[in-house]
Amino acid sequence: MFGYYLIIGFLIGIVSMLNRNCMVRIILLSTFLAVQTAITVYAYFHLNEISSGYFKSDALGVIFLCVLTILSFTTFYHSFIYLKHRKDSSRSQSFYFAALIMLIIVMTCAYLASHLGVMWVFIELTTLSVAVLIYHERTPLSLEATWKYVFICSIGITITFIGIILLSIAIGETEITNFSFNAIPAQLLRVNTSWLKMIFLFMIVGFCTKMGLFPMHTAAIDAHTVAPPPISAFISTTLMNVGFVSIFRTYSIFAHTSILPWMNTILFLCGLISIIVSAAYLLKVTHLKRMSAYSSIEHMGLAAIGIASGGIGYFAAIFHMILHSFVKASVFYQIDQFHRNFKTYMINETGNYFNRNLPGALVFLLILISITAMPPSGLFVTEFWIFKALFTSEHIFIFILVLFFLSIAMYSLAKNFLYILFNQTKDLLPAQEKPNPSETLTQYFLLALVFYLGINPPSGMINLIQEAVKNLL
Amino acid sequence: MVNILLITFAISLIYMGIANRLSTYINILAVQGIILFGVSFIELIQINTINLIFILFETIVFKTLAIPLFLNYVIKKNNIVREAQPYLPDFLSVVIITCFLLGSFILSNIITGVHIRKMFFLVAISALLSGLFIIITRKKIITHIMGYLVIENGVFILSLSAGNKMPMLVNSGITLDIFVSVLVLGVFVNRIGNTFEEMNVDNLTNLKD
Repeated sequence: MFGYYLIIGFLIGIVSMLNRNCMVRIILLSTFLAVQTAITVYAYFHLNEISSGYFKSDALGVIFLCVLTILSFTTFYHSFIYLKHRKDSSRSQSFYFAALIMLIIVMTCAYLASHLGVMWVFIELTTLSVAVLIYHERTPLSLEATWKYVFICSIGITITFIGIILLSIAIGETEITNFSFNAIPAQLLRVNTSWLKMIFLFMIVGFCTKMGLFPMHTAAIDAHTVAPPPISAFISTTLMNVGFVSIFRTYSIFAHTSILPWMNTILFLCGLISIIVSAAYLLKVTHLKRMSAYSSIEHMGLAAIGIASGGIGYFAAIFHMILHSFVKASVFYQIDQFHRNFKTYMINETGNYFNRNLPGALVFLLILISITAMPPSGLFVTEFWIFKALFTSEHIFIFILVLFFLSIAMYSLAKNFLYILFNQTKDLLPAQEKPNPSETLTQYFLLALVFYLGINPPSGMINLIQEAVKNLL
Repeated sequence: MVNILLITFAISLIYMGIANRLSTYINILAVQGIILFGVSFIELIQINTINLIFILFETIVFKTLAIPLFLNYVIKKNNIVREAQPYLPDFLSVVIITCFLLGSFILSNIITGVHIRKMFFLVAISALLSGLFIIITRKKIITHIMGYLVIENGVFILSLSAGNKMPMLVNSGITLDIFVSVLVLGVFVNRIGNTFEEMNVDNLTNLKD
């Protein structure tokens, strides 16, 4: 089944690269979405089935595959709107959609890969396909951002590869070396501690480029700034989920060795410094997309802290990533409309959005509530669990620091969003165009999902998350 | 024999620290390609023939000929100033790279419990560190790529040390090579050359807070 998915997906990708007709493009994209939905439903109902040798639909992969599939519908829709307003040539639209299809396919593979080397290859491929998309606007700025993204990601992925080679040297003395995620933990029990620490460090630094955690967070920020808004939505949600899945899997294969407390310290450090860095930059940021990017880094830091504190923290971290994906995607979809209204991303050149575009302004208001984790939003529940895990694992000092820097981040986000919504002191240019209110429906849908999942999570999802973390408890 | 080749590789890293002209960097990369050819020939002689030929072909054609020629072409085409323009004095670079060698020597002696071949490990880690060092301290985009290629060579050496058990690892290292050389080098270097007057990192500082 998975083999068919790959073949059909790649074929659709190639055809949509060659095709120049708008009608055919819509048919191709809807076919692709149907195929993507089919593989998701199939994977959901065939949990833990191994397909094509290297892929396995385990719980962790299926959770994020569902998120990816939901977001691909909305991203395709908003990409159409974005491209229509930019009046791009048919050729560049074809490249855009072909790269987007490739990105979705390789991310699906990266989620479901059950083999360390295979996952590494597909993570490398995500860099390739997303680079095409970041460079879509063809300006000197986008060239700079793409160059930085590709270069930093390549170095990160090379560092991960060194970790994988060291791992293979460490466990290579047995007859059969098996690199699947199920088989590695048993082989690691004989390896000595300092060696394990070195392997973990190399692997985690590399994967941090994808997740946007502290030592390698810079690449993602610049990419967000120039990428088309629907693509930014993808970079800061599903692509960061790829990083999260890889870090979570790496953590799980080392979780039964003696270095567990040391690993937690490393993740605490990464997470805490990410939060500090993002809070510091949020105070002075002036670019709306960069602001959202820093807010993503803050949430990634929270997820890392959730993993590190253990217990209910594992559960909360995964749940947090799911909800964060929905919120952040709707932020970037709305930023696209916002940009069409003001023709700028600079926060201090805008204001009074409430009178200019009421539906969009309401979306921003709801986003502010969700992203700062105020009570009705689902993120409140997950952050509460993360803090609870911090408390039960007796990390009071980290708890206080996180709370302090989170409140700084909250203050800056609220200040900037409220400035955009209500500031009437400026004489602004008249709105360039009135966006169609129906374009905000997807954002309301995603935000409603965030509120609903927080209040009343469906039992299917809870079971999947519990299944994903059961090896760690 | 392998040890002599690896020591030559380490010396070439130190030489990279004092090299002034871009053409010297390119020559060093070519020499490293030949060294890797020799090492992989001696190390992997037992694995199956097709695989061996593929790896040897990659080292000799890709690392020794294609990439240096291509870098030369890029430098000529974009009229890049032929000096490396480091931020640090040469003397300091040599001292720092020597420290890297010393540090990885100590590291390889500290680690016990795993049958690692010390010479491979030492040279690979110091190549990684020196590559990063070159990326950080040189001003040009093209020297960034050269630093990356040095890291790449280090990874290749590390994968060779486990290579006769797992040729698959060496192969995936090579795909990493091809990926970077084709995409990063080809597309973006020329783009950056066309867009900006000079291929300096100073041009790449517009995205900031």
